[in-house]
Amino acid sequence: MSTRTSVRPQVAVRELDYGSAINEAFTQLLEGDETVLLIGQGLYSPWYVGSSMVALEKKFGTARVVDTPVSENGVTGIAIGAAMAGMHPVVIHPRMDFMVLATDQILNQAAKAHYMFGGAINVPMVVRGIINRGGEQAAQHSQALQSYYMHIPGLKVVMPSTAYDAKGLLISSVYDGNPVIYIDDRWLYSQRDPVPEELYTVPIGKGAVRRKGKHVTIVATSYMNVEALAAAVSLAEEGIEAEVIDPRTLKPLDEDLICDSVARTGHLVIADAAWRSCGAAAEIAAMVAERAFGALKAPIARVTLAEAPAPSSSPLEKAYYPWAADVVEAVRRTVHYS
Amino acid sequence: MYVAMQRIRRFEEAIAESSSAREFKGPTHLYIGQEAVAAGVCTALEKGDYVFGGHRSHGHYLAKGGSMRGLAAEIFVRETGCSKGRGGSMHLTAPEIGLLGTSALVGGGMGPGVGTALASVLLGRDHVTAIFFGDGAIEEGIFSESLNFASLKKLPVIFICENNLYASHLPLGVRQPQPELFKHAEPYGLPGLRIDGNDAVEVYRTAASAVERARAGEGPTMLECMTYRWRGHVGPSYDLEYDIRTREELDSWIARDPIERLAGRMAETGVMTEAERARIDTQVQDDVDDSMSFARKSPFPEVKDLLKYVYKD
Repeated sequence: MSTRTSVRPQVAVRELDYGSAINEAFTQLLEGDETVLLIGQGLYSPWYVGSSMVALEKKFGTARVVDTPVSENGVTGIAIGAAMAGMHPVVIHPRMDFMVLATDQILNQAAKAHYMFGGAINVPMVVRGIINRGGEQAAQHSQALQSYYMHIPGLKVVMPSTAYDAKGLLISSVYDGNPVIYIDDRWLYSQRDPVPEELYTVPIGKGAVRRKGKHVTIVATSYMNVEALAAAVSLAEEGIEAEVIDPRTLKPLDEDLICDSVARTGHLVIADAAWRSCGAAAEIAAMVAERAFGALKAPIARVTLAEAPAPSSSPLEKAYYPWAADVVEAVRRTVHYS
Repeated sequence: MYVAMQRIRRFEEAIAESSSAREFKGPTHLYIGQEAVAAGVCTALEKGDYVFGGHRSHGHYLAKGGSMRGLAAEIFVRETGCSKGRGGSMHLTAPEIGLLGTSALVGGGMGPGVGTALASVLLGRDHVTAIFFGDGAIEEGIFSESLNFASLKKLPVIFICENNLYASHLPLGVRQPQPELFKHAEPYGLPGLRIDGNDAVEVYRTAASAVERARAGEGPTMLECMTYRWRGHVGPSYDLEYDIRTREELDSWIARDPIERLAGRMAETGVMTEAERARIDTQVQDDVDDSMSFARKSPFPEVKDLLKYVYKD
């Protein structure tokens, strides 16, 4: 990502790809803390989870790196119990679509426990849902369900878009003390980034400005940061300076960072590769309309999926997913609005 | 066990009265008639062992050693309740005695229960987990998923199915094709036993063997305890006003009162005299009265704290 600027401290660190950064975080967590447990489906599989889980069970044994029976709900419940008993489990769902089977445990048990038991019990658990779209995999191997979980009080939702954040947010999530939904998109796995070798945290609830600009604010989630940054480069050629904001955490949202940017640019485009209705983009748009309406010089624009299940056929797939060109088009519409 | 059972019985009778008097509004699912199961199993457990239950868990909470004042105040949804008035009757917690939290979802304690057992093994602790659930939970997917995993990993779990013959208003016969629920254990490779759930001594003995087996690392056991709830599905009514069950059926189970059975046996063997029984019953009633009065006098949570506890800081 040579086009990306960063607000991180400029120290010389080696580069890692996104999948390897997750793998390194898991390795260091398992090495340093006997309460860390990885559990879910596909953990020993050569194809399910890319480089992010490779060889962990060989290093740490199959007792703490558990590839499970095909029981999403049960296994998520088991992780909740382990968390209540003092462990720090990470449940892995290699297809986010299948994570829906665990909705009962996530929504009814994990999200409720701390409140419903008056603070006596907490569930320090991470549920990692992997978006595994594209490649003609069709409607049940492609969903990005972040808004589903954003809706639920008691859950936090993070979506790292860089290798640095993938590692740092994973470590923060494990030690947050609350159930955290950690969502990674496999299209990000080849992103390379300077990643410190030691354990470090990225704060939950803090966004990052990926590129400064004064004409329009683009809030992009997860992989859409890659497309938004590419869009910003081409927009610069036509004289539009876009500010790209990666919220990194969708719940709780870094509202101030977004509103401060909109206050300067007066224009907002939100790019989220999920559905429009009740989506993350809808939530961000509503928040800005409530908090920064006076700053807006044009209607807010959303770049999202087509309102349809994901198709299998490649030409349809290409039309279905949002790309940099869609972001460029939305920015032009809002900046030239009159 | 007699004390434990009488504490549950007298406490719930007081709660039934308060519920009829509308002293609180929330749903209460009474355990009267099933006391021998909670008392028998919990007597076989150590303080550090875990217990999971469901919507009908006052009995599990008390038998495991939870504070009666905390329970009464929770049902009255007061700040002094075990869940600080945020949970009510169905959501009880007492982590100091291994009861982490009860769930209103049918079978909702099964996954987390198996998870505590996994944690006990991984962290080298010697705890056993007892999971109480009803006959309806057998119909949930989480039942299969939990038994399969616990058996596969030989986890220290006792699955206790309290078969009281009804799920809400619906009898077992219209829900399941074969009524011998203990047989569900066998396909998952764990022992399943059917016992008389109204016989506290039999429940205790069977549970004690299952606990010993679990602690020895030999894996889980499932117990099917045949029992009956005297009151209806929810609230103080007996559900006789609906076309759900008959007076004769209820009476036949009242005749098998688990408390009178145990008391009779203790009297026969000279373990408890009439005078001792009277003394115990008076003490139990005093505790119940104290807990109810504590609950009535306790403050409600403050509205300013509506959002407290959504997240752990």
